[in-house]
Amino acid sequence: MATANPNVLSRKNSMRPSRPKRGFRSTGIGWLFSAPAVVVLLFFFIVPLGYSVVMSTKDWPLLGPDYPTNFPTNYTQISENELFLNSLFFTVKYTAIISVILISLSLGLALLVQEGKQRASGILRTIYFLPVVTGLSTAALLFLGFLNPTIGPMTRILNLFGMDPDWLGTPNLALTSTVLMMTWRFAGFYMVIMLSGLQAIPRDIYESAAVDGANRINTFRYITAPLMKSTFSLCLILILTGGMVAFEQFYILTGGGPDNSTVTIVMTIFREAFSQFEMGSAAAMSVVLLIALVMMNILQLRLVRKDESGDTR
Amino acid sequence: MNRTSKMRRLTASGVAMLLVGGLLATAPANAADPITLTMWTRSVTAVQSQDMVNAYNLANKGKVEIKLTVVPFTEYLAKVSAAAAAKNLPDILAANVIDGPNYTRSGLWLNIDKRIKKLPYWDELATGHMASALYQRKYYAVPHVVDASSIYYNKVLFEKAGLDPNKPPTTLNQMATMAAKISALGGGVDGLYFPGNCGGCLAFTLFPSIWAQGSRVLKINGDGSFLGSVKAKKVFNVYSKMWKAGTMAAGSKNEAGATQNAVFQSGNAGFALLGSKALGTIKESDKLKIGLVALSGPDGGTSTFVGGDTIGISSTSKNPDAAWDFLQWTLEDKQQIDIYASKNFMTSRRDLSENKFALADPRMVLLNKLLVNGQSPYAPRFFQTFNDANGPWILFIREAIFGNGVSNELLAKLNASLAG
Repeated sequence: MATANPNVLSRKNSMRPSRPKRGFRSTGIGWLFSAPAVVVLLFFFIVPLGYSVVMSTKDWPLLGPDYPTNFPTNYTQISENELFLNSLFFTVKYTAIISVILISLSLGLALLVQEGKQRASGILRTIYFLPVVTGLSTAALLFLGFLNPTIGPMTRILNLFGMDPDWLGTPNLALTSTVLMMTWRFAGFYMVIMLSGLQAIPRDIYESAAVDGANRINTFRYITAPLMKSTFSLCLILILTGGMVAFEQFYILTGGGPDNSTVTIVMTIFREAFSQFEMGSAAAMSVVLLIALVMMNILQLRLVRKDESGDTR
Repeated sequence: MNRTSKMRRLTASGVAMLLVGGLLATAPANAADPITLTMWTRSVTAVQSQDMVNAYNLANKGKVEIKLTVVPFTEYLAKVSAAAAAKNLPDILAANVIDGPNYTRSGLWLNIDKRIKKLPYWDELATGHMASALYQRKYYAVPHVVDASSIYYNKVLFEKAGLDPNKPPTTLNQMATMAAKISALGGGVDGLYFPGNCGGCLAFTLFPSIWAQGSRVLKINGDGSFLGSVKAKKVFNVYSKMWKAGTMAAGSKNEAGATQNAVFQSGNAGFALLGSKALGTIKESDKLKIGLVALSGPDGGTSTFVGGDTIGISSTSKNPDAAWDFLQWTLEDKQQIDIYASKNFMTSRRDLSENKFALADPRMVLLNKLLVNGQSPYAPRFFQTFNDANGPWILFIREAIFGNGVSNELLAKLNASLAG
């Protein structure tokens, strides 16, 4: 659809590439279709987010009648909160461990089920994916029962081999138990993502590599791994973000124990709000966590884009 | 039909549906419709609350219906607080007795002083509960469930260990000795099952052993504690020795309270420290015959933590009269005897404590006697200090029992938390 005035057209062209002009009706229908999503986003994300930011600048007791502004006290007090600082260290440690385990295991599983025989790999895919349909809280409760030394079977089985682990009684074992549960719960999910990445690699590249005499290691190193970069990045973003906001698994399985050794950042925020009733302080912690997560994701996306642009040159 | 007219019809239909929906939503309720009341209680009183609500709904079918929501006890105060902030409280609101003062000061309950004082038995209502519902000389709630902590023991294991089931321990040290004998039975049997990772449970069951020695646990205003005293340390030492000797079940260290009844019910523990409510909920079997004895000090004396729940009408209720009808109904003789006493639950009224069911069961007689020496501690920051799963009390007491004894550093943090 051309405009009547060629001068206007040429001026527009000099500024930016021309877009196909949409009619009012098609734009309106577009808005109509996206309205539910916009409304949901507005009321369940933007408004609460704004509310949290306002809350973080006030002394906001849950049952108090007044909310006086105390900015920046809620933010400066974060650095004095011992539990928050410990939870920060613990959450990063947990995220690092779970990232390495989930990425490597899910890739391994994906390679296994991709290259296996048709029927066997189908069964294996189902088996690995089954835990994914279990809710996270349900999975945590399931493991809580399994690992209970009095009523659970795990300790009894290991006792037969002369072992008597106190699954949730020591800091390292409590973390190990949770990592174990999370691996069981999520490995299948990331395996499916990895599998889709693997299957997107054209077979003829592998065939060419085979003709050139590349062995399995070299094929993985020079073909599979580089072409899976965007899949790795997606998995990493999901795992890192999930790890940094970990809550249910520790809340149910360890309760932050023993002796506060497995308290995550979100547990600290939850405690500040709903055990200590300091909503302002909890909101400030949430804002700090949000900023950290946004920055982490921006950094990660930039690195991915940089790599991708490097690949195309 | 062209596209424009199709769109118009669709839009018109949508607008019509919205209008009808809006009219239905704003239509006044039919006078014959039953009144619906909402009610919240903590999971630890679910059995009693549900029984009362079921019986009331049945008796008032077609007139009033109470919809009960049971909330996990660890999240109850958080849910109430959030609802209070949103002015979205239920009509009938129960509270842990120790939180009563927080409720009254925050204006969560309606002043029902006049209504309560019209009851012919109002001065017979459980004393500790009524005290927690009193604010500026007005009552805001009535007792809902009365609970008292005590020592439970398994008579079957007593006999197996060569102990006399009719001679339970009268001191904590005696309990430790008996538990060691039971633990020596082996085969998965332990002397004591202890809620070692449940702050609220430990306050409920350890404080009485300090009170039994004539000592205080908290300062009068509740802004500090005496948990570093010699008498408190003596209590902690008894349990610490039991843990180190292996008399206490291994699972005790991680027990957060949720499964302690189940473990005692399995018949594999000689002793457990539980509230009176457990008597009505734990089932006896060939492996378990329940005996009860008062919580004592290391060398004697007895006491109990009078816990349980109070219940009031929320300040935002639109049906206070109907809500009060339920509250006063629960306190009547018939309901107290038929619903509570018949199932081994303690009554909310002192004048009904010696009822036919209680008199037939010496365990209930004992619990009723314990109430006389019982205490309900008060601290404005009780929940934040003692019930918080990651708070200072749980760290302090775990170090005292499972670690290296009383830590002055952790005690200072605990007292700082109480002081706010």
